[in-house]
Amino acid sequence: MLKIKRVPTVVSNYQKDEASDGSVGGCGRNCLRACCVDMARLPLYVCKKVEDSGEKAREPPVAFLESLVLGEWEDRYQRGLFRYDLTACVTKVIPGKYGFIAQLNEGRHLKRPTEFRVDKVLQSFDGNKFNFTKVSQEELLFQFEAGEYEEAQFLPCMPLLAENSPSVVAINVSPIEYGHVLLIPRVLDCLPQRMDHKSMLLALHMASEAANPYFRVGYNSLGAFATINHLHFQAYYLAMPFPLEKASSRQMITTDHGVKVSELLSYPMRGLLFEGGNSMQDLSDTVSDACICLQNSNVPFNVLISNCGRQIFLMPQCYAEKQALGEVSPEVWEAQVNPAVWEISGHMVLKRKEDYEGATEEKACRLLADASLSEERFKEVNALIFEAIGCSKPRGGA
Amino acid sequence: MSITQSSASLFTTATEEKEGAFSARYSLWIKEALDELPHSFTITDPFISGHPIVFASPGFLKMTGYSREEVIGRNGRAFQGPKTNRRSIMEIREAIREERPVQVSILNYRKSGSPFWMLFHMIPVFGNDDGRVIHFVAVQVPISGRKMRNGSGCSEMVFGSCRREVCLGSYVHQERALPVECDEQELENWEHCEASESEKLKSVEAVGNVLSVLTRYSEFAGRLVCGKRSCLRVADCLSSSLVISLGRIKQSFVLTNPCLPDMPIVYASDAFLTLTGYKRHEVLGQNCRFLSGVDTDSSVLYEMKECILKGKPCTVQILNYSNRKDKSTFWNLLHISPVRNASGKTAYFVGVQMEASCKDIESKELRPETRQLSVVGAVRVAVRSSFMVTC
Repeated sequence: MLKIKRVPTVVSNYQKDEASDGSVGGCGRNCLRACCVDMARLPLYVCKKVEDSGEKAREPPVAFLESLVLGEWEDRYQRGLFRYDLTACVTKVIPGKYGFIAQLNEGRHLKRPTEFRVDKVLQSFDGNKFNFTKVSQEELLFQFEAGEYEEAQFLPCMPLLAENSPSVVAINVSPIEYGHVLLIPRVLDCLPQRMDHKSMLLALHMASEAANPYFRVGYNSLGAFATINHLHFQAYYLAMPFPLEKASSRQMITTDHGVKVSELLSYPMRGLLFEGGNSMQDLSDTVSDACICLQNSNVPFNVLISNCGRQIFLMPQCYAEKQALGEVSPEVWEAQVNPAVWEISGHMVLKRKEDYEGATEEKACRLLADASLSEERFKEVNALIFEAIGCSKPRGGA
Repeated sequence: MSITQSSASLFTTATEEKEGAFSARYSLWIKEALDELPHSFTITDPFISGHPIVFASPGFLKMTGYSREEVIGRNGRAFQGPKTNRRSIMEIREAIREERPVQVSILNYRKSGSPFWMLFHMIPVFGNDDGRVIHFVAVQVPISGRKMRNGSGCSEMVFGSCRREVCLGSYVHQERALPVECDEQELENWEHCEASESEKLKSVEAVGNVLSVLTRYSEFAGRLVCGKRSCLRVADCLSSSLVISLGRIKQSFVLTNPCLPDMPIVYASDAFLTLTGYKRHEVLGQNCRFLSGVDTDSSVLYEMKECILKGKPCTVQILNYSNRKDKSTFWNLLHISPVRNASGKTAYFVGVQMEASCKDIESKELRPETRQLSVVGAVRVAVRSSFMVTC
């Protein structure tokens, strides 16, 4: 069993060391477990029924969902619920052709790394470890559901009923950027960190409904630096392009449902880009199928949902394995930057001043290159994926 | 105000207002001079909310099939469609954000709905006096298709050659290029369509011609513009990209700069101007105290001043005096907060106004307090991101 020293992040103020919390019931912390969940009241946002892709391109004003996220986030920010003031963290674009973004964030990481099993992408939910039913209700912003009607609906105050399998949006108390939230599908069902069709579609709905290309939604599988084994996505606002989004690509195949799959070119890490599809559901299902295939093959991966849900990047990686075998570049290891979805997208959060000041494009590229699958392994993995999404050999050869 | 002026204003349409805003920057007959140019081009104003087109040449109208009224006031993205390549959209968006020129091929749609490829060449136009971007000029040169010499089945071959070029990662220019009628469906499926050298030269020439006209007519008006930034943007001028981002926020708010003497307003939203009844040029550069009057509670003003000094957010209920026709006063539920930029330091204060009578909660709407805070959040995102420049 491979083990590495991970650099974990505290995402909730109620996250404790794994071993200690064994209490059951009556905690007085206003959490989501049986002891307190009846008292929970949250706004509920129901997405509008999504039209098929091909919407009119316009310069939209701030959408309702964006106002809800920003307004609630600012409220928690002013109430001091975050571990540090994110806007006080300096940030810059690293000179070079990719435009990596570096941030000096000394508060985000715990001082003492803990052990975490990283060689298995699928691990069962462990109720004893931290999970999102243990967060305080004040860290929750609103419930979020996919809807059936032409218009979105907003209900300011709704209870959380287990039989409805509610999904919630919570703050990340160690934010990378403004508006950093967690989307937790069916929070009370206590699902492990494992992609499924319904959850992927919910994440796409959120990206689409926010209607802002600078609001991306990301996912880390276990083994690809997911922090907590309770199903969740992350999202935040950064009004700049990610280097990953600027990468050119070469089309490999189109599925029967019109989903176009391309491989990335001229990016330090190998990956796939999914876009198109006859409907959002088609795109979502294809990506889910690919993720599930990777999960079942024990290949760790990250997903970036970009451009309001119109582009989805799937990045298989092997960094943790390399790290455990001592095969990563020593410099990169020193900076203790784990390549999770944001780092892979080109947003580097650095914990030490010397790392920030000395940040170069070369170092960022090396981190991504270390996380990347080899050309050979990538081809193997692609073959698995193409089979899983119902495609035969890609056109034009690999 | 003369009779002719007042009657003219009675019949001013939205189009004329926008065009008027454009002409005001230059000397008389600027529009006529631009109309004489044969090229297809548009001029946009980043300082108007929505970054709309404020001038469209006859060549542009002819190429796209729209009338002037249908184009003025719209954002350039209105001519994009479902198959417009995302990378070109992104490149244009980033060039605007970074206030630099860009030249990309992009698929656009005419009024009829038919797609066409064109070379889009855009440049920023800077004010000589304050170094800020006054306008963006965008030239459109249609790209003619290519045909392989042994051309068997024209559309297939053209389609094939474009895609193969993409796969090889290099663009092969066919010397014997003939304009070719391609199936529209095929056009939409092309991932890219490279412009020829002559088409690129045409765009450069066109951009140069437009810029010459603008320069000449701005000289006459005494407020020179040019294609290159001649001085660093002055401190109280916001970058055009920040202004564009702030323009998305539809509520009433202002940005003030605490680093400048007397903490002047450096940005005011359209909604603020509507609420207070002032014109933009009347409020920019002024301290907010012009909104206070005889009956404004001085202890509230003191409270605000304390919060500003401490760098803390606060919400106060303050009596404000408007410049609306009735010169009415109104209760302003004002929220102010410091806003940091990418260096981590406070760059501005944001003040979000809410007329107290608007506090009634409509069941399906966000709570007014939440909406007010969402403005603060949106401003934080805009300010933080707009300051991130390559060092």
